[in-house]
Amino acid sequence: MTYLTLSITLIFVVIPLVLSKTLNLGLERDTIIATVRSIIQLLLVGFILKFVFDSESLLYIFLMVTLMIVAATHNARNKGASIKGITWKVAVTLIFVEVLTQGILIGLDITPPTAQYIISISGMVIGNSMVLSILFLNRFTAEVESHQDETELVLSLGGTPKQAIHNQLINSIKASMIPTIESQKTVGLVQLPGMMSGQIIAGADPIQAVQFQLLIMFLLLTTAAVTSVMLGFLSYPTLFNQRMQLIQKS
Amino acid sequence: MTMDYKPAIHFNHVDYSIDGNQILRGITGSFPQGKITTLVGPSGAGKTTLLKLCNGLLSPGSGEIYIKDKEINGFEPVELRRKVGIALQSAPMVSGTVYKNLALPLELRGEKYDRKEAESLLRDVGLGESFLDRKITDLSGGQRQKVSIARTLVNKPEILLLDEITSSLDRTSLKEVEELITLINRKYGTTIIWITHNLQQALEIGDYTWVMMDGEVAETGESELLRSPANDRVKAFVQGGAQ
Repeated sequence: MTYLTLSITLIFVVIPLVLSKTLNLGLERDTIIATVRSIIQLLLVGFILKFVFDSESLLYIFLMVTLMIVAATHNARNKGASIKGITWKVAVTLIFVEVLTQGILIGLDITPPTAQYIISISGMVIGNSMVLSILFLNRFTAEVESHQDETELVLSLGGTPKQAIHNQLINSIKASMIPTIESQKTVGLVQLPGMMSGQIIAGADPIQAVQFQLLIMFLLLTTAAVTSVMLGFLSYPTLFNQRMQLIQKS
Repeated sequence: MTMDYKPAIHFNHVDYSIDGNQILRGITGSFPQGKITTLVGPSGAGKTTLLKLCNGLLSPGSGEIYIKDKEINGFEPVELRRKVGIALQSAPMVSGTVYKNLALPLELRGEKYDRKEAESLLRDVGLGESFLDRKITDLSGGQRQKVSIARTLVNKPEILLLDEITSSLDRTSLKEVEELITLINRKYGTTIIWITHNLQQALEIGDYTWVMMDGEVAETGESELLRSPANDRVKAFVQGGAQ
């Protein structure tokens, strides 16, 4: 695609701008900011990726993945601000998920250890893990707050913090994983995944694109499960003190 | 005021605050062993907080609490909570049947609750054995409170803390629960500490009473004190609050 062709695609930005103006939606400013930001950010990433891919330097790959984890942690931690030490808990979870998935992929020779594969797959894994963290933390903090009576009941009967929070923890893990599982059930029927479509447009063999997409989908299942479970088990102990009491907030 | 009894729970200058908001200040005194003590006072006086301190759901900011002469921090939290049971005001339930709720205390220890024992306990609290497989959602407020009390009794507590368990009950259910608590006290010698807003109930059921106001103990003694309080603030409360 040439830059001239790319500039013609701006027509897809003009349509929502006209609609917003006509219907007084007040979204013109945000639409323009979003468009400009996406152009700058993606072009910048494109040039950086080209530089990193060409250099094949392990240091640059490491720096790119670190940057992704830092940005994802920063984004996800706000949803769990009430949980003590949430920043490092999210960071440890993302690092673990990244090491686990890349360890399996490279260790079993499923994908080659090149910048092209590591950075692209890491982006999908860390991005998915970030969304899962946000979904989990949103649900978990709401569950803890709305079921405080139940938690206190179990503690009062001689239960441990783990027993007291068990239902809320399981409900939150399940709820955060449901979107990943549900979207996989309808994949190919309702929507074609963006990555697979991209490969096909770029001229790849559709069967090979499907195989690669399946790999990514299975990977994201693991990412979803490990992120929710790990973040859950790292988070719940901070709600209690040494005397097995629910930490009070006025 | 001195009374001739062994203390089940003794407080020594207990304070409790949360985020700089003082809930209890300078609580000193004892709950007598084997007796029914009622806690009365206006809302926000700190009565529920005091009960939660006894069960270890909260810890004092300063001061000491003794359970039968042993400092409360000397107990493992789980051991303490089985020894000092609490029935919460809202009677929270786990979803499912009455049996599932009665079995909960033992399930938390990894043990199974014998159905025959559960049936016997239900009879003790005035609910027939037919209630065992009823869904919690099908119970009335009074029946839920009875299940809540029965569930607390499964741990065979030496001290039973009751937090306004009759506040939302109709007259018949209220009388039934009062009789049940009296029975538990007489039959098992269980020490009862009972928060109530019903001063008539405190007079009829309680052996002793504590009147709490603004996080402090305003007056304590035998329940008859409610008929002629010495403290002016308590007098005003009793005259304005008797039901």
